[in-house]
Formats: sequence, structure tokens, C-alpha cells
Amino acid sequence: MYNGGKIILGLIVFIGLMAAPFIFGLGKGNAKPNPSIDTPAIKAMEKKQCVEAKAVMKTEHMKMLNDWRDSVVRDGKRLYVATDGKKYDMSLQNTCMKCHSNKAQFCDKCHIYVGAKPYCWDCHIAPKEGA
Amino acid sequence: MKIERREFLKLAGLSAIFGLGGTAIAASVQQTPSYIPDPKELTGKRWALVINMDKFKTDADVKRVIEVCHTKHNVPNIPNPKQEVKWIFTEMMENVFPEQQDKYLTEHYKHMPFLTLCNHCANPPCVRVCPTQATFKRKSDGIVMMDMHRCIGCRFCMAGCPYGARSLNWIDPRPYLDPKKINPEFPTRMKGVVEKCTLCYELIAVGKIPACAEASNGAIVFGDLEDPKSEVRKVLAETYTIRRKPELGTRPSVYYVIGGMKDAGKGA
Repeated sequence: MYNGGKIILGLIVFIGLMAAPFIFGLGKGNAKPNPSIDTPAIKAMEKKQCVEAKAVMKTEHMKMLNDWRDSVVRDGKRLYVATDGKKYDMSLQNTCMKCHSNKAQFCDKCHIYVGAKPYCWDCHIAPKEGA
Repeated sequence: MKIERREFLKLAGLSAIFGLGGTAIAASVQQTPSYIPDPKELTGKRWALVINMDKFKTDADVKRVIEVCHTKHNVPNIPNPKQEVKWIFTEMMENVFPEQQDKYLTEHYKHMPFLTLCNHCANPPCVRVCPTQATFKRKSDGIVMMDMHRCIGCRFCMAGCPYGARSLNWIDPRPYLDPKKINPEFPTRMKGVVEKCTLCYELIAVGKIPACAEASNGAIVFGDLEDPKSEVRKVLAETYTIRRKPELGTRPSVYYVIGGMKDAGKGA
């Protein structure tokens, strides 16, 4: 092999560089996001229950918000009859955020972690925090 | 253990069938959530407004109505007229009713600011040209709605609307909202979408009449055009009314009374 030493050295340096982020990141890991439900409205609730079960909300809220939007804006149906039969006004600003009045500690926590950039807040008004 | 290709495919097929069937059973057990209209909602087949210009005595009357609408819907106050956004606004009679122009017209009307807004046409050109159906006509009550989520800001609707009722957000509207007056229950808009009056669909949905009619002290009458007993129809039956550019065939749902509701037929 011509210039074998240089090639091998180059390869070692290359692999080292590529692997550096993984090696330095070993064992550190990003802390799992822990969205807070510590708001006055939720504290005042006897049974801390969202529109649907927690697991459903966790995985389906994005789809649910899309369905809510289409139902309210396009079909003019604005009440949601949940699985448990309770009725909710389908409104991000007037229903979701009335309880989850801590956008920075709730929505943003996971969205930043997973790099999701929902454009809800370009138009919808987030509640004033610290109030 | 050696598995034949034939055996493997059989197994895979079977497990796929079970998998699909399983989820279907699970889904049918749970009660699926549903969407229903608010029972308080006002119901009508074609909402309309009758604007009695004679009841707007002063500029303050007109301004109050505009102010109520624009505050309620977080409509920004942008000073540059090329970028302004408006839902309900005034124009001179020569612009609102260009075909009615006449040198000898009563001076009073010549210089009177006419209130104008989206006409919620029965045959809306803006809906026809919208490539994304962001603006659409509600089948239930004839409101020409805006779905801001879908608007791509192409402005075909602005070109299509013969009444200039639509505004594009050329810039981010939020800095032009009065922070003290922001309505936290209604969204704002973003740069690049077209907006207009939505006949207060959000108020109708909870059993209230549009904000302009509410604030007008009876100068704007709201009702169902298809209901012979509605207040709108009563006014239309008793009074001579005109609509903007009816010759275009858009069939506007906003009527104007000029020259006195009570003195109809006697002239202004």
C-alpha cells in the first residue's frame, strides 16, 4: 500500500472526528422533557382529567387539534363529546389554554425537545404567563 | 428450526389478519368521540344585514361600530393605507354605489361615509377563485367564511371581490394591535393571509348576533333572509332597499336603506 501509514492515520483521525459527538455525549443523554401541569386551573380540579386520557392526549393531541380545527372552522360544529360523554368547547385559546395556561412549561417543553415547530402561535394568542 | 418459505408466508398472513382484526375490535369497544354544534347556536338559512344609513347620525356612530368589530376580532390598526386591514369600514357614496352617482344628488349623501363590509354574497366570486378553499360558503347559513389555516395569500379572492372587502396582511399584524385591547378569546392573523368580516360566526355559534348589529343601536338589522318572519324580511318588505352592484350577479346579503325607513316611498 502506498502511503499506508498516512492513509491509516487519516482514517483514524476521520473516524475519531465523526465519532466525537457520540463519545463525548456518552452517558449524558438529554433529560426527558417533563411538561408541567402546575397551573391554578389544574390545581383547582378535583379529578385531574384532560379531555381524553393522558396517554391519548400525549400521542394524539396533534391530530385531535387538527380535527377540532376542521370541525369548528369548516363544519361549524364546536362541541366535542369526549369518550366519557363530557362536552367541551373545541377551542385552543378558550379551552386548552384555560387549563394549560403555562405554554412555556407545557407545550414548549416537549416541542423544543423533539424539534417540533407547530405554527399555532403565529395566530392564536398564548395566555399571559406568570398571571 | 428450519422454516419453509411457504410456511413463513402463511404465518405472516395469519398474523396480519389477526393484527388488523384485533385493532378493529378494540376500536369498536371504545365509544368514539363526536362533534356536535352548540345547542345555543342561532340557526338560519341565509344570514343578512340591513344597514340603515339614516340612523348613523354622526361620525361617532359609525366609528363606534367599526371600533367594536375591530377590537373584538383583533383587527390591527395599520397607518399605511397600502397595508391596512379592515373588516368593516367606510367609503364615500360614489365608491359604494358608483352606479348611483349623480351631480344633483342630495349633498348630504354625497359626503356621507357609508359603512361597508363583506356582503356574504349568495354567489361569491371570492369562493370561486380560491385555489385552496380557504374561503368557502357555509352551506348551513350562507356565511362566506375564512379558514386562515388554509390561506396561502395568493390574493385571487381580493381580485375577485368587487367590493374591496378583503385585506391581505402584508406585514405581521401583531405589533399594530393595542396590547390593552387585545381580545384573548379570538386569534390574530399572521403575515401573508387574507382576512375579512366573517359575520361573527363565533358569536352566532353561541346564540349572539353580530357585534356590529349589536353596537349599532338598531341601525343595522340582522336576520335570516329565508325566514319570512325574520326582522330582516320585515324591513325589506316595508322599505325600499338597495344592494351594492347587484348587476354583477353576486347576490349580496347586505342591504342598504337610504332615505328613511319610515318615510319609504316619499323620498328623502
